[in-house]
Amino acid sequence: MASISLEDVEYAAELARLDLQPAEKEALVDQLGRILQYIGKLNELDTEGVEPTSHVLTIQNVFRKDRADEPMDRDDALRLAPDASGAFFQAPKVIE
Amino acid sequence: MSTCFLPAHEIARRLRQGELTAVQTAEDLFEQIRRFDPQIKAYLSLNEEQALRTAQEVDAALQRGEELPPLAGMPVGVKDVICSKGEQVTCGSKILENFISPYDATVIRKLREQKALLIGKLNMDEFAMGSSTENSAYMKTRNPWDLERAPGGSSGGSAAAAAAGMAAVALGSDTGGSVRQPAAFCGTVGFKPTYGRISRFGLVAFASSLDQIGLLTRNVRDAALVLSSVCGNDPLDSTSADIPVPDFTDSLQSGLEGMRVGVPREYFIDGLDPEVEAAVQAAIQTLKNLGAQTDELSLPHTEYGVATYYIIAPAEASSNLARYDGIRYGYRSSNGGGLLDTYRKTRGEGFGDEVKRRIMIGAYALSAGYYDAYYLKAMKARTLVKQDFDRAFENFDLIVSPTAPTPAFKLGEMTDDPLQMYLSDVFTIPASLAGLPGVSIPCGFSGGGLPIGLQLLGKPFDEESVLRAAYAFEQSAGLHDLRPPLMEGS
Repeated sequence: MASISLEDVEYAAELARLDLQPAEKEALVDQLGRILQYIGKLNELDTEGVEPTSHVLTIQNVFRKDRADEPMDRDDALRLAPDASGAFFQAPKVIE
Repeated sequence: MSTCFLPAHEIARRLRQGELTAVQTAEDLFEQIRRFDPQIKAYLSLNEEQALRTAQEVDAALQRGEELPPLAGMPVGVKDVICSKGEQVTCGSKILENFISPYDATVIRKLREQKALLIGKLNMDEFAMGSSTENSAYMKTRNPWDLERAPGGSSGGSAAAAAAGMAAVALGSDTGGSVRQPAAFCGTVGFKPTYGRISRFGLVAFASSLDQIGLLTRNVRDAALVLSSVCGNDPLDSTSADIPVPDFTDSLQSGLEGMRVGVPREYFIDGLDPEVEAAVQAAIQTLKNLGAQTDELSLPHTEYGVATYYIIAPAEASSNLARYDGIRYGYRSSNGGGLLDTYRKTRGEGFGDEVKRRIMIGAYALSAGYYDAYYLKAMKARTLVKQDFDRAFENFDLIVSPTAPTPAFKLGEMTDDPLQMYLSDVFTIPASLAGLPGVSIPCGFSGGGLPIGLQLLGKPFDEESVLRAAYAFEQSAGLHDLRPPLMEGS
């Protein structure tokens, strides 16, 4: 696995919607590079034919009745919003 | 004489015998906090008024001769990653600085129903990412055994509060060792149940396939007592296990005769502090003397645990933390132009360095072209780690090891090197990847007077064997209800 470039960092930051300062990006090139180099250790493992584990316990689908419960109070939810208007969360402009 | 260091089960007994009131318990506890927390800095917020009100209700119920639920009047501190209605939940992050939870986590609901005293919210590494609590955006918690040292993490506030007599019991969360490692550093018991034992509803998500609420207490009986009340299936968490919950205190008296305990050779490696090794070897001898059959075993994929974890946990975190976008709650940057830019600026300004680092690892590992090489590979490695344990438990009831390779390190000692910090979780991570129940209990001290932790791991949902062995050990070794020298006489 290759080392990490500034472009890689900028690409991942864009995917993660993270605005990073130039100094942060530089530090991440170095730190992510070293961390991923360590993680490259996994390539020593022969995983041919090994099933991936996403969840350790055997879980099954959990069904419940399609019945509405008491919802959270709308005002309680809206009170937490940085910006709200009437019955709505208010977001910044989406289309210029 | 203050009651702040009384074991939780002793508080329960005295309340019922009329030898103590819940109000007295609460007052002693807040007095201890006022005296020591300015130095320790475990609590992010306190809830004195409400705790005292609950204490009065408990005392009134006692006066009326009512039977009390097991946790009534018990002072409980809560890691600030668990939601309690009407109270702050910061997760140690600036991005949730003004967030007030509109609902109770299931575990909090259960504590309230039992009239436990909810003391306040405890400091932690931001979003539970860290091993020293130094990643909190608010303050650095200090280890009660040595104020220059870290309490461990990410549940460092919880461990420090329990150790310093500032909570009888503290709730923490364990994703890769975040309950067990701080317990080892602070000389407390740190119990992580099997994944799925305790409902995660209201536990703010870090890595959903790994996260589990755990307990920090000063003795094993207290952990068993609280565990019996907070486990169980929950319709609000579809990954919570639908299996019966025993009274875990029943398992404490059975001793160790005939128990098969495995000692994994991969946990006794270069880099293991000699004092830790000596204390753990002595503890293994104690287990033997108590009637356990101990034998060496191999968990060959141990050395791949940290690498596996540092793909899986950040991958899940990068997805879970996408919700912090500054729209519905939490911090919103005012520097953004338009929606996308507001997301970026909000997250860039609101998250700390370690959280950004993990989100970046996760986003990179999940990105097109790298998914197979990193995430899929790590999920396969996780299978191998789990199979190691499955095979071991064919021949053993328990696995014993050090909890951490060293006693508590100094504040600032590890902060410049994230990878070095990650490696401090080398002994706790494999059991997290396999979802196993585990405990850290004190097994001795370094020459410098720092506590050393012994880790016991059990089969999935066999918390009883873990508790039984831990109890037998602590009773025999006399290493329970420890009190740091700073708190002598309090």
